[in-house]
Amino acid sequence: MAAKKELLILAEYSQNKIHPVVFELLNKGQKLAEKADLNLSVLLLLPKKIDFSELIAHGADKVYYMEDPVFANPDEFIYKENILSFLAKAQIEIVLTGATNFGRSLAPRIAAGLKTGLTADCTALDIDEAGNLIQIRPAFSENILAHIKSDSRPQMATIRYQEFKKGTADRSRQGEIIALETKIKDNPNLKDIKKLSDREINIAEADIIVAGGSGVKNGEDFKLLKELADLLGGQLAASRDVVDAGLIAKEYQVGYSGQRVKPKLYFAFGISGAPQHLAGMKEAETIVAVNTDPSAPIFNLADYGIVADLYQVIPELIEMLKN
Amino acid sequence: MHIIVLIKQVPEMDKVLFDSEKGRIDRKSAGVEVNPFDLNALETAVAIKEQTGAEISVLSMGPNRAEEALKEAVARGADNAYLLSDQKFAGADTIATSASLAAAVETIGAYDLIIAGEMSVDGDTAQVGPQTAEFLNINHAAYVSELISLNESEITIKTSLWQANYSKSFSYPLLITVTKDINTPRLPSFKAKLKARKAEVKNLTLADIKEKLKIDKVGFKGSPTWVDNIVVPAEISRKTKVFSEEEKESAYHKIKEILIEKNLMED
Repeated sequence: MAAKKELLILAEYSQNKIHPVVFELLNKGQKLAEKADLNLSVLLLLPKKIDFSELIAHGADKVYYMEDPVFANPDEFIYKENILSFLAKAQIEIVLTGATNFGRSLAPRIAAGLKTGLTADCTALDIDEAGNLIQIRPAFSENILAHIKSDSRPQMATIRYQEFKKGTADRSRQGEIIALETKIKDNPNLKDIKKLSDREINIAEADIIVAGGSGVKNGEDFKLLKELADLLGGQLAASRDVVDAGLIAKEYQVGYSGQRVKPKLYFAFGISGAPQHLAGMKEAETIVAVNTDPSAPIFNLADYGIVADLYQVIPELIEMLKN
Repeated sequence: MHIIVLIKQVPEMDKVLFDSEKGRIDRKSAGVEVNPFDLNALETAVAIKEQTGAEISVLSMGPNRAEEALKEAVARGADNAYLLSDQKFAGADTIATSASLAAAVETIGAYDLIIAGEMSVDGDTAQVGPQTAEFLNINHAAYVSELISLNESEITIKTSLWQANYSKSFSYPLLITVTKDINTPRLPSFKAKLKARKAEVKNLTLADIKEKLKIDKVGFKGSPTWVDNIVVPAEISRKTKVFSEEEKESAYHKIKEILIEKNLMED
């Protein structure tokens, strides 16, 4: 009998750990692999081998890895060359990868190298009756959900961190660990690469988020929101329109084309609630919205709404919290 | 130095209406504009031109009316404009688009740097930049938020990957995709706009780029992905307790309760 084909999760190993999106994809991947009758495998490229048992406990049947010091830095060219050399010989039906910045930069190169289809930022995935991957993503400002299919193999998709849930570990699971050779170790065009600093803003994992939208009049006024966020031990965030208007940096953006967040408490100040934004925060435990417009769509999603001016509400909230 | 900037003409997304019965946008409901991210790409090129005297070519794939987007790019400082247009390109996904753009780039000729916006506001995929680099078999850097230094032989940029900021130095050729953080695009002067109206836009068709193409078919036929179905999502809503301005104080107490309940109060 021929060996089963595979659903491969292309894992990001960064900041000396496996990126948590990999475990979310394993949970989803297990269900998809079962439905499409595929093995579930993970491919990791990393500078130094680690214990891979967590990947197997979370559903991987096989863990492929390449170990080489060259993978200590995010060099898409070296990564794609080695991944393409592996994929050329493997029997892979589906490739899923986290839509981190690195994933969104690397996956398109792999897809183009294979001349295969790639769907960005899927919010849902399924398998049709013929065993094909259905890649579901919002389109046209999130007004519709497009169900996309590919007629080439492997079928590829990127998925944002925190879109799917992490599963539970089963330590009795058995899996195979396979070392691969790192074939390409040199990128003659890359002259130097250095880490400058860790990104300080990590809104994806914050318990409390204080977000501002077009109701915030200028960049300076985000300081007011920041003061409240600091007081609560939370993170400052923003909607796309203020990011696009240049009022605040992109890394603060919550939404379909920004970060997915699932905090315990989400404050939406002066955010109207465009589908683009709701796509990123709809799964917050509790949402408090403050907006002067009582008909703003954000009030349909919020648990608590205050029809008032954020410039009045925030100082008063700060005052109350200080006491 | 020769810089090629990739430009896309997109619907004005904040104005465009959506026809939920037909499951598609009503393209007539709004005008078109240059993809806002591409203005940052162009501004990056113009800044380099001011520093080094580089020559800027802009390239767009689209229908004939995309000529307007290219003329705007000329008004903003581009020297040459190329419109890649053919009915056979219609319905292209990101693979077919990138392969066609890469073939057009090679048809235009030698280049040092290609600059694209981070993504387009209508497609939102951020795939065309890296895929074009792959079809050209050159390095790329995505999410470029700063141009640290640049000279005749090397360029150093700042990018954000692996939850950290990195600097990378490359020799040419290179493709970069830039974020909004890299600059604030300047508006073209009235005089430049007038002059750009008369600018020549060179047309490229499938026949012109065919020899350089790395895929067998273009447009819909050359696209591995297709939209199989369109679903209008169920509206998401929660039961909302709304407080009026007069009830602000009770809202604040509620917030305090939630913070205590969820154990979120700082000591």
